This record gives sequence, structure tokens and C-alpha cells, in this order.
Amino acid sequence: MPGKLKAKIVAGRHLPVMDRASDLTDAFVEVKFGNTTFKTDVYPKSLNPQWNSEWFKFEVDDEDLQDEPLQITVLDHDTYSANDSIGKVYIDIDPLLCSEAATVISGWLPIYDTIHGIRGEINVLVKVDLFNDLNRFRQSSCGVKFFCTTSVPRCYRAVLVHGFVEELVVNEDPEYQWIDRIRTPRASNEARQRLIFLMSGELQRKIGLKVLEMGGNAVVGYLQCFDLEGESGLVVRAIGTACTLEKISTFPATATHPSNSSPSKDMKDSPQAAPSTLGCRSTHSSPVHSASSRLSQGFSVSVPTLLFAGMKPRHRSSEAPRARQCRPGFGEEAPGVPLSSGPPTPLRAQTFSSFSPSKSYSRQSSSSDTELSLTPKTVGIFQCPSTPALDSESSPLPSVHLPCHLRPVMSSRSTTPPLLHISQSDTAMLRKSVSFSEELMLAASGMGSGGSVGKEAGPLKALLRQQTQSALEQREYPFFTLTAFPPGFLLHVGGVVSARSVKLLDRIHNPALGNTRSYKLLDWNSFAADEPETRDAWWEEIRQEIKSHAKALGCHAVVGYSESTSICEEVCILSASGTAAILSSRFMQDGPPDTEHRLSRQPLCVFSTGSERVEGDMGSSASLGFEEVVSPGCGFCHIPYDELNIPFPAQLTYCYCCRRYKVPDVLFTTIDLPNEANVTGKGCLIQARLCRTKKKAQGEGNATAISSLLPFLEYELHTQLMNKLKLRSMNALFGLRIQISVGETMLLGIASATGVYLTALPSPGGIQIAGKTPSDITYEQHISTMQKKINDTIAKNKELHDINPPEVVEEIIGSPIPEPRQRSRLFRSHSESSDEVSELDLSHGKKDAFVLEIDDTDAVEDIHALLTDSPTPAGFYSCNTEIMPGIQNWTSAIQMFTSVRVFRLNANLTNQGLNKIFSDLCENLLKSLYFKLRSMVPCCLCHLNFTVAIPEDELIQVAVTAVAMSFDKEQPLENGKQSGEKTLIKAVTENDEQLQFNLELNAETSSSNPRSSPKGLSEVGSHLSARASSLEKASPLPEGRSRSLRSDRSYSGSSVAVVKMTPLSFIPGAKIIKYLGIINMFFIRETSSLREEGGVSGFLHTFIAEVFAMVRAHVAALGGNAVVSYSMKECVFMENPNKNQAQCLINVSGDAVIFVRESELDSTLVQTQSATTHPSNGGEGT
Amino acid sequence: MSVELDVFVGNTTIMDKEVYQLWLNGYTVNDAVKVRIEGGVMEECEASAEVLLSDTMDQYRTFQMCERLLHHPAKLANQLLFQIPPDRQAMLIERYYAFDDSFVREVLGKKLSKGTKKDLDDVSIKTGIMLKSCRRQFDNFKRVFKVVEELKGPLVENIRQHFLLPDPLARDYAAIVFFANNRFETGKKKLQYLTFQDFAFCAGQLINNWTVGAVDNMMEDMDVDLDKEFLQDLKDLKILITDKDLLDQHKSLVCTALRGKTNVFNEMEANFKNLSRGLVNIAAKLINAKDVRDFFIDLVEKFIEPCRSDKLTSIDVNLYLTHYTNSAHILDTFKHHTVWTRYMGVIKSCILRMYHD
Repeated sequence: MPGKLKAKIVAGRHLPVMDRASDLTDAFVEVKFGNTTFKTDVYPKSLNPQWNSEWFKFEVDDEDLQDEPLQITVLDHDTYSANDSIGKVYIDIDPLLCSEAATVISGWLPIYDTIHGIRGEINVLVKVDLFNDLNRFRQSSCGVKFFCTTSVPRCYRAVLVHGFVEELVVNEDPEYQWIDRIRTPRASNEARQRLIFLMSGELQRKIGLKVLEMGGNAVVGYLQCFDLEGESGLVVRAIGTACTLEKISTFPATATHPSNSSPSKDMKDSPQAAPSTLGCRSTHSSPVHSASSRLSQGFSVSVPTLLFAGMKPRHRSSEAPRARQCRPGFGEEAPGVPLSSGPPTPLRAQTFSSFSPSKSYSRQSSSSDTELSLTPKTVGIFQCPSTPALDSESSPLPSVHLPCHLRPVMSSRSTTPPLLHISQSDTAMLRKSVSFSEELMLAASGMGSGGSVGKEAGPLKALLRQQTQSALEQREYPFFTLTAFPPGFLLHVGGVVSARSVKLLDRIHNPALGNTRSYKLLDWNSFAADEPETRDAWWEEIRQEIKSHAKALGCHAVVGYSESTSICEEVCILSASGTAAILSSRFMQDGPPDTEHRLSRQPLCVFSTGSERVEGDMGSSASLGFEEVVSPGCGFCHIPYDELNIPFPAQLTYCYCCRRYKVPDVLFTTIDLPNEANVTGKGCLIQARLCRTKKKAQGEGNATAISSLLPFLEYELHTQLMNKLKLRSMNALFGLRIQISVGETMLLGIASATGVYLTALPSPGGIQIAGKTPSDITYEQHISTMQKKINDTIAKNKELHDINPPEVVEEIIGSPIPEPRQRSRLFRSHSESSDEVSELDLSHGKKDAFVLEIDDTDAVEDIHALLTDSPTPAGFYSCNTEIMPGIQNWTSAIQMFTSVRVFRLNANLTNQGLNKIFSDLCENLLKSLYFKLRSMVPCCLCHLNFTVAIPEDELIQVAVTAVAMSFDKEQPLENGKQSGEKTLIKAVTENDEQLQFNLELNAETSSSNPRSSPKGLSEVGSHLSARASSLEKASPLPEGRSRSLRSDRSYSGSSVAVVKMTPLSFIPGAKIIKYLGIINMFFIRETSSLREEGGVSGFLHTFIAEVFAMVRAHVAALGGNAVVSYSMKECVFMENPNKNQAQCLINVSGDAVIFVRESELDSTLVQTQSATTHPSNGGEGT
Repeated sequence: MSVELDVFVGNTTIMDKEVYQLWLNGYTVNDAVKVRIEGGVMEECEASAEVLLSDTMDQYRTFQMCERLLHHPAKLANQLLFQIPPDRQAMLIERYYAFDDSFVREVLGKKLSKGTKKDLDDVSIKTGIMLKSCRRQFDNFKRVFKVVEELKGPLVENIRQHFLLPDPLARDYAAIVFFANNRFETGKKKLQYLTFQDFAFCAGQLINNWTVGAVDNMMEDMDVDLDKEFLQDLKDLKILITDKDLLDQHKSLVCTALRGKTNVFNEMEANFKNLSRGLVNIAAKLINAKDVRDFFIDLVEKFIEPCRSDKLTSIDVNLYLTHYTNSAHILDTFKHHTVWTRYMGVIKSCILRMYHD
């Protein structure tokens, strides 16, 4: 349905000289949307033209509004020859389509040319009048909000979390079209940029439709990626989590007012238009909640029954997935309620001890050299060995994982030449192509003490999860791209699950027939490229596998889910990973979280007064709620799987916090550390890096070679991670991200995560080195010196990260703890082996020391590698999660940066040599970062995101994006070492995110940070004033900005609004008051005068700076002053130094926001309002 | 094995003051790394030479990218490519436009032309300032000169606004522009003892008092040229030396006032006619451009040197000049009081400034 897009071209500045004779330019502008083009007059002989055009109006479908960008081209008029293009600006209209986001785009935007970079700026005004579309069959999804942020956005509340949405669109890559041979590089680049813009728009629209269909109003954790498949095309795909969000109106004054009165609110049709657009959606969702809240209540009552019922739930779990449904049908869950009613009270106690739902991946520490300590992804591996033992007892498990080995086999059979899906996953790989792997696994499982645990029969299942499980299992993919959750949503974490698959790109031509999706051919795409179904099918396979892995871990959901690809020539590795978890049903069917919250709070008191009484009270309150609150700091660590049917060897102990439930010895996850988690000391970045050579091969052979290498790569990465974790005396990894990159002659793997010491988990033992030839004395000495080194490092690391031995905690707290422990042991005694008891006592002793055997050079290398990781310099911390556990008092000083390095290797390196080089490369990069940012000390590099690529043979490219945040040392909040105390603090904080900022605020004011206080205000102020003047006068050097200047000196021209950028979802010391829309930009830059532009480094440096500048300018034009959840998704760099050429593609995304400094929240309110009235008047005038 | 590409881009552009100074001073990357290593950054920050090299290269690249903006400082605040906090911008500009006194002393009063630029290698050798830095400084002078040359209004203010320079630096540039425009001779051996700041002070006096802008409050003309009318009027002062009576009368008035107040009275009395002739002749000749160039050398030769050989202290000179100036107003037949005050005010403060070893 129709919308009216209006654009006005105001002025230009700093234009390049296009006419050599006069040193001036005769510029005019073409404004294009869809197939309609308008032109301004030529403004002769000026580098700062003032067009001040009329309003160009485009009457278009909202579908087009979503798909198409507004394209503005600045040209130089030439009477005699063709007009020269100066550059282009693409404007994404999407933020204007959502009533809650931006209302106008107005400001100076860089004019960009793919050959020359930024060439001046243009001042434009863009508005949209959108008419309401109530047509049910519409193809547009205007109004659905998109967020890159992987948590619930700061000024919203999640009412419902609907689940996974995904979509992909495919097209031919203009770079590989025949016409490209006769086209200029500029034309090709522009065709590509435009196409990707179109495809992103289309993708977003389609995802939006799915969200509307599910009843949601927003996509959180929106992750969009490109696969440049070369000859075979271009794939744009996206995943996200559909949610129903509700704006929090706790700050009615600040939150709503600025947004309503924001600069040009008046431009929007009328205030009424906005609510009505949303109207249908919100009413839609409200009945849902009320119904669902009733449901969950019913469920919670039923919990004990399930226990009683024994195996019943399990059957359900295995069957449910088969009946796949896209949407959770709430009605269908109803039958589940009666099923699980009838509470035999006596059994309840047992419930506690045995079904403790915690999920965690655990690893076998005392196993031998073949330690298969892999995480989720390897879950498959562990499962296999344990299957035989379990068969008789637990039918569900085998059935769950059966598909994963069957499938690969089948696929290899059906496609006689075993190429296409050579490896569905490493599990498959191990089984299929690596013949000895099976023995390996069996050996491992045999040796592991965990194996024995697994053998103990006694099928007691975690029951709680059943209720949500049923809801979740009816979904096709119970996946969530979120990495942080509203309190109480995440119940238990099982461990990382991942799957990879190697595909051949040139085999995709088979046209899939059943075309269920409406696939719109893009305008210039003459004939059908790949059918999107092919790609869909690939991902579907992988997602199924992930799902089955999660199930094997006893989990019904996957959180922190992400997908990625690596392409080299015609081979493509698809990867997906996430964290198996159990979620509370609250946000899925349940309405008002507040009520639930209140409910769940009560048990807390009950618990603290006396645990025995809990049993009595439990029936009435949601057991889920109970559990979360019992132990907000440790609940998520409790294993979700049945301890007696552990899917892989693991060492379980009782939780060190609550002493009630079992926890694994190590936990790996892809999510952020939950806010409420109890952590001892600080965390640190842990990185495993690996490089493996590979023979050059073509097509199938290549794919086979890669798939046979993959499992080893992953195995070694995990070994490294585990070793490094132990070396730092930590027991959990968060934000784990494993990237495998494929090149012609090698494979690169990099795994990054933030290691922490979870108070709930047992203390990791040390690392013990053992040799196999004890006879040799010198060898012994060698080993002992090495052992000493390692012990020293561990001790140093403990100190560095403030890891205090948890034993202290135990002694101090003393009395309350043994009690539940004894009790639970009492109840459990029948099923407990003596083995476990001893484990419990010795868990922090030397007994579970991690043994490394050095029987060959490989192992020696490994150990050396372990020790070469240099510690971070004093005052620095680093992590790849949002924030560093143990640091709270952030100041407002943040510095986002991107660093890229390309390293050329010598030919003929051995694996060890390669490894060392790669590892050094990463280490040196980190060292450089620390050095660069030394002025910010004490500071923490957060969200360190490493991306590796192999742009060509013998080249390794590493790109890092992160943010450095200063913190105040003076108030070490984490001094309250006692976990109990901390829990209390956190329990309070948890609910009230503001508190965190309040604390920070104090820190900020006390520290003599000269920028902190006046800045936020003046930023807003200067921005608004700049905006005001641009609206009013649009003179290239707006006046009136001087009043916002911070310095005494007069800077006549500082009209540029400061825009902060951060990969995190928040800005320390500030409150995000409005989300303005998603920023998703794709740029290509090419040069044929590489040397003149300062070589490759100069070229890329300029380009990245330009990308930042364009992001900032677009955010400022939307009225924002920051980008959060910023990420650089793609940085493809190609060079041809012989031809003096280079090309680079960059894709970035983030959320544009308006933030206000906490300190000025109140004062700004008045100012902002007064300031905004001004520009809006101006806006009306124009 | 080699690093092919190595870049670091911050949302807020990171610039190290120390490296910036090294860059401004014309050090190559490798030399800068050496200096930094000697400076002890490595120990301080647990860095290696490799890290230092990478950082230095990166900074140098950033500075090079910024340089084009620094040529038009107003653009620095308006551009979108680099997000630089205002205080940093001010620092960048100020340091970029800072110059070495020893360098400026060499080119002061010279024509800012290509020819002069070619001779910079000699200047570089003589002053020990790296050629690259010399070129930057010279180009700065030239750029400021070109922009300000044709502008109306007060010179210092123009410079400050166009180049966003702090006040003292803007005044120095005004002096440089003024000297370059009027081509004052400053390189003669007799003038070698004068520092740039001496000249800058004198330039300030001249700009404030002898240009059109000085009287006319920035009306039509600009500040870079001396007020032609005033120079014309100066010829009238000749009467003070050509008219014998007047000269004697003047002398007696000055001597009466000075008697007993100084112990070099005799020398002063003896030299009075000589000195007075010197000063008035300078005034009378200023209408010729060539003589304007020799203004400072004339002051030294005709006044400062004679005084110095008579061992006058600067207090003596001050006393003498004060009475010399004031006495003229008492002369019955002397009518050119305004011109005299305007002339002598500047002469007096210039001489006092220049009267040192």
C-alpha cells in the first residue's frame, strides 16, 4: 500500500574540483527511487553549492520502500560531454517506516565514490508519509523493528519471545556477469552495492513478514551476512529472534518526550498515525499473554508428577520434534497439563537433588592424552561411545543422535560420488571419513571416569524443562540469537553445540521444484540464479543437526545461536553454533513478566529461612521461578541433562554455591555471562589458534580433504582452549566463537572466548605434565622444569585475575552449606556411587589435575605454545563478551576501533611453523592494541572480535573490532568477595539496570574526567543546534554552533556532531532513550593507483575511516548520537600490487540510538525539549 | 614472512602527541622509532620494537591523511572523516603551525617564493632543523600569507579566524606576514643579535600604529601595508632637523629636562643632533619602499649603535626618547604633533625592545 517518500536536496560542501580550468564544479543532483528520477538545477561554479531544491515526491508501495534505498547521485554538469559522476549516497529508508524509530533523515552525508572514496558532503532532508496498511495479504512488513543487539534493547521490555526467524535471498553477482567485461570498475561496484542494498531490504522485509505472522513486533539479534560465492552467485541471509517488545515508560519524561518532540517529529504524518500502525499488532499479542500465563501456572504445578511419571516426558521429547510446526500453537500444549497433574508430595525432595536442571558441558579432566574434551559440537562424538552402554536404559538418547550418524552415511550413498554433503558435522566426519576416529573415541570414553558415571543407570529426568520444552519443541528451530536474557529467562546451560558442513558451490544448479516461498526476482536479474531452496536446504540440515545435539544435552533450546560461512573457490564451509539451554516458558507464552517476577521472588525468602519448608510451599508457585531464584548466581550452571545418562563423560560435583544441584567441572557457552552469575575474580580473553596445511585440490577432492581435516582442527582447538583455561585457573568459557577459514593450501581456525571462574563450578585442578619415558634423567628434569613453569604461570594468572581460592568461601560460610548437602546426599544415597562422594571432597585437590603427556614433539610444542601467550600488560583486561566480569565501575571513556593485519607467509612451512606464526600474529596484534590504547589505562578491551581469512595463498588476514572502556580503579566493587554478599547485591542489581549506572555515575563524578559531565549535554546540544541550522539555513558553515563548543577558543566550524560507536549493547554512564533503526551498510572501494594512495595500508586505512565516517553521518542524520552493537561483518580485501590495484568490500551494521548521559538525564530533559522545539519549527518552515 | 598490511582505525582518531612532534620535526619512521625507544616508552608499556614500529607507521599515516585538512584548519572541524575531540584538533593545529624561532629568523622578511624555498636546504644545514620540517614551516608561512594578503580587517584577527590559531601564535604569524609583505631586511650581520621575538614585537607595533587599519578601524584597507598617507606626512618632520632654530630649541629643551637625571648626560648632549638627525631622516625616507626595507638596519646604525658606543643603558635610552618625544610638542613652530606622536611611539618601543646585546 502506498507511502509517500519526500526528499529535498539542500546543499553540498567540500565538493571536489571537477573542472580543472576554473578549479570549480558545476554540480547538480539526481534523486532516484525505484524507477523514478528527479534532478536539481545545476549550481554553477561552486564547491559549496546551495541547491535548496523543492521537495521531490515519490509515491510508492511500502514494499518498495522497504526494499529500495533512496539513491542520490551528485554529478558535474558538462555542456559538451557526458556529465561526470562525483559520487553517490544511498539512504536506507527503513528507519522512517517504523513509527518508534526516526522520523526524518536530515544532515550532512558523505558523497561516496567507489574509486575516489568520500568526495564532499551533501545536505538532504528525507521524510516518509506512510498510510496504514491493514491488508492481511500484504507483502510488506513496515513497522517491525530490527535490532542488531543480541539482548533485549535497553529501553524495551520483552513481553514475548517468539523464536527463530531466518530468510535468505540469492542473486547473481554483478561482478561475474558477462557485462562486467565491458563495464567500468565503477559501474560494476555500484551495481554490486545497489544490489546488496536491494537484497538486504528484501530480506529484512521478508523476515519482518515472518515476525508479523508469529505475532511479534521486533527482531532482536538480527544477524545478516553475505556469501560472495563468486561465479555461482551472491547469497544474502539473515537470522534473528522474533520478539514482542514493549517500550519501558519508567522515564516518561525523558523517554517519551524527547522522542515525541525529537527534531522533526512534526514531519511524520500526524501523531495519531503512529499508534494506529502499531495498533493491530499490540492488540494481537495481548490475548496471547493472558492465555499463556495461565498455562505456565498449570505447568508448574505439574512438575512433581512428571518425576513420578518417569520416562513419560522423555518420550514426549523425542516425539515432539518430529511433529514440527512453525508456530507454537498454544492450544496444543493444553493436553500436556492434565497429563502432568497429581502430585505425590514425598517425591518432591528427590526432585531437588536429582533433576537439578543444569546444563553444562563438562569435560573429563583426568583422561589420558587423547583427551576428547570437546564441547557441544563434539557432543556427537561423546554420545556415540556412550550409546552402547545406555542403549538398554534410555531409548530416547539413541534415537536423538541416531540421525546424525545415519544421515551422513545416507547422503554419501545417495550421491554416489561422495561430494556434496561430505561432512554434515564433525561427528559425521569422524565416523565416516576418519576410520580410526571411532576407536579413538571409544578409547577416550573408556578411560574417562565420566564413562562410569554414564553407565550408572537410573533414568531420572530433569522435569522442569518439560513444560517449556513442549512449547519449544513444536517449533521448527527452538533457536535464539540472543546472548543475554531478561532475568529468569535462561534456566540452565548445557554447553556449546555446533555443526559444520562442507559444500561444493558448483553443484547447485539443480532447480528445486517445490517453490513455497515467494521469490521476487530483482529487477536487473535476467534469469534465475540459484534457487534459494538449495541454500535453504543446506542450512536446514545444519539446523536440524544443531537441534539434535541440543537434545542430546537434555536441552530444548539453543541460545547465542549464529551461523557463518567460509568460502574458497568452489568449496564452502557452513557453520552454525550455539549453546544448548533450557529456557523458562515465561517469555514464551507468558504475559506480564512482572507478575511472574513477583511470584518467583517469594520463594527466595522461603528458601533462605529454611530449605525444608520449601517443599511445602512449592506446589503453589512456579517451580521454575523457584529454581531460578533459589540461586540466581548459579542456577544456570546446573546440568540440564540427567546425570545418570550423561551424554558424554563428565565429572559432576555439587554446585559450589547452593550445594544442591550437580554442576559440571567445566562449562563452555556462546552466550554472554549472565548478569547475575557468581564469578570469582576477573575474566580474560582465551584464544586458541590453529593453522593446518592442506594439499591443493579441486572440487570434490578438495571438499573431501577439507572435511577430513575439520574434525582434527576442532579437536585441537578445543584442546588448546581447555589447556589455556586450566592455565588461567578458570572453569568456564563465555562467548565462545570458533571460526574456521579455508584457503587453497591451508585451514585456519581461531576460537575466542572469555574465560571466567564461576563460583558455582569446582576449582580447576592444575596442569600436570607427564612423560612417557621416565628412565631418562635429563628428560625428567626437563619435565620438572616445565611443570614448574606451568605452576608458576598458573599462580601468576590467579593473582592477575584476582582468583581467590574458593576454599575460603567454603570455610567462612561454613554452616549453612553442609546442611542441604547432607540432606541431598541422604536422599540420593541410593543412586550415588562412592566415587561421586569422593569427587565431591577432592574436587579442588590435586587429584583432578589436568594431565598433559609429552611423549612427542607435538605435545612439547603445545606446551610451549601455552606458555608463550603473554599476559596482558598492567592495567589492561580483555574479553570478547560484552563486559568483563568483575569490573563494574566503567567511566564514560570509550574507544571503538578496527584493526586489520595481513601477513605473508613463506612457502613450505610445517604445521608447527604455521601455528607459531599465526599465533604470534594474533599475539602481536593484541600487544599493539594494548600499546595504542595505553592512555586509557586502567581499561578493558571488550567484545574483542577476531575474524580471520585467507585472502589468497600464503596470506593470512586478521581483523579485530573491539571497544576499549576505561574503568575506575578507586572503587573496586568486586571487593565483596563473598559470594553470598555478592549475590545479594546482584539480586538487587539484576532487576534494576539503572543501578549499575548509578554506581558508575559516582565513579565518574569523583574521577576528574573533564569530559564526562559537560559532554553528553553539549553533544546533544551541538547536534541539535547543527541540525537546527541545517534545517533553517542549510549554509555550509552553520552558525550558532559556537554556543555548544566546549573550549574557550573559538572553533568556527565544529558543526560535526560526535557519534559514539561501540560493539556493545550499551554505553557506559549513559542511558539509551531511543532506538532509531538499524544501520546496515555495504561499501566497495577500489583503486588503480594503490601506491599513490599509500600502499595497501594507506588504502585500507582510508577506507575504514571512510566507512566509520559514513556510519556516523547516517546516524547523525537520523538524529542519533551513537551506534551500539556495531560490528564489521565482512572485510574482504584483495590486492594486485603488480597492477597497482586493490579492492575492498566492507559490510557493517549496528543500531542507531540516542543516548543521554545519566548525569544529565534530568537537566537535559528541559534543554532537549527547548532545543527541539526550535528545529521543529525550522522544519515546518522549510 | 612479513606484515603486508597493518592498520588501526579508531572511532575517535588516536594521536600520540610525542609521535606527532617527531613527525612534525621531519623524522623518518625508523628514526622516530629509535627516538621513542630511547625515550623509554617500551619499558613503560611492556611493548616491543615491533609494536612501536607498527604504531609509529600507523600514526604517521594518520598524520599524512590529516595534513591536507590541516592546511585549512577550519575544515578540520567540519570534516567527517576523522572524529577528533576539539581539544585535540586545537593541539594538532597549534603544533602544525608552530615554528622554530631559529628557522623563522632565517626567512623573516624574505619573499615567500619558490626561490626562497629552494634555498631551504641551506637553512636546514645552518639551523640543524630537518629539511622536511623547514618545508612545512615555510609552506605554512606562505599559506597564511596568501590567505591573509587580500583580506580586509585586522591582520591578527584574520589569521586567528582562518587558521584557528591561539592568540600569541596568530600574532607571530601576523609579524611574519607583515615582514614578508614589506620585505624588511633582517639578515644583515648587524641585525643578527635580534631574535624573532624582537622583530615580532616591532611588527606588532608597526601593525598597530602605522597601518591604515590602525587609525581607520579596519575600514577599507588592510593591515599588511603601511599607511601611505602617514608615510607621506612623515616627510614634514624633516623640519625638526632642517630648521636650525628648531633643532637648537629642541636640543635645549631635552637637555634641560635630562640634566641631573643621568650620568651620561654629556654624551647625550653631544650626540643630540646626530641622533635626532638619524631618527628624523629615517622618518622622512620611509615613503620609499627601499628605505622601508632598511628600517631596522637604519634604527640600529643611526641610533642604537651610537648610543651603545656611548654606553647608554636602556633606562637612559628610555629617558632620552621620552623627553625627546615630549619636548617636540613644546616647540612653537612645530605643528605636526599627531604624526610625531604616531611616529615616535613606535620608534621608541621598537628601539627599547631592540636595545640589548
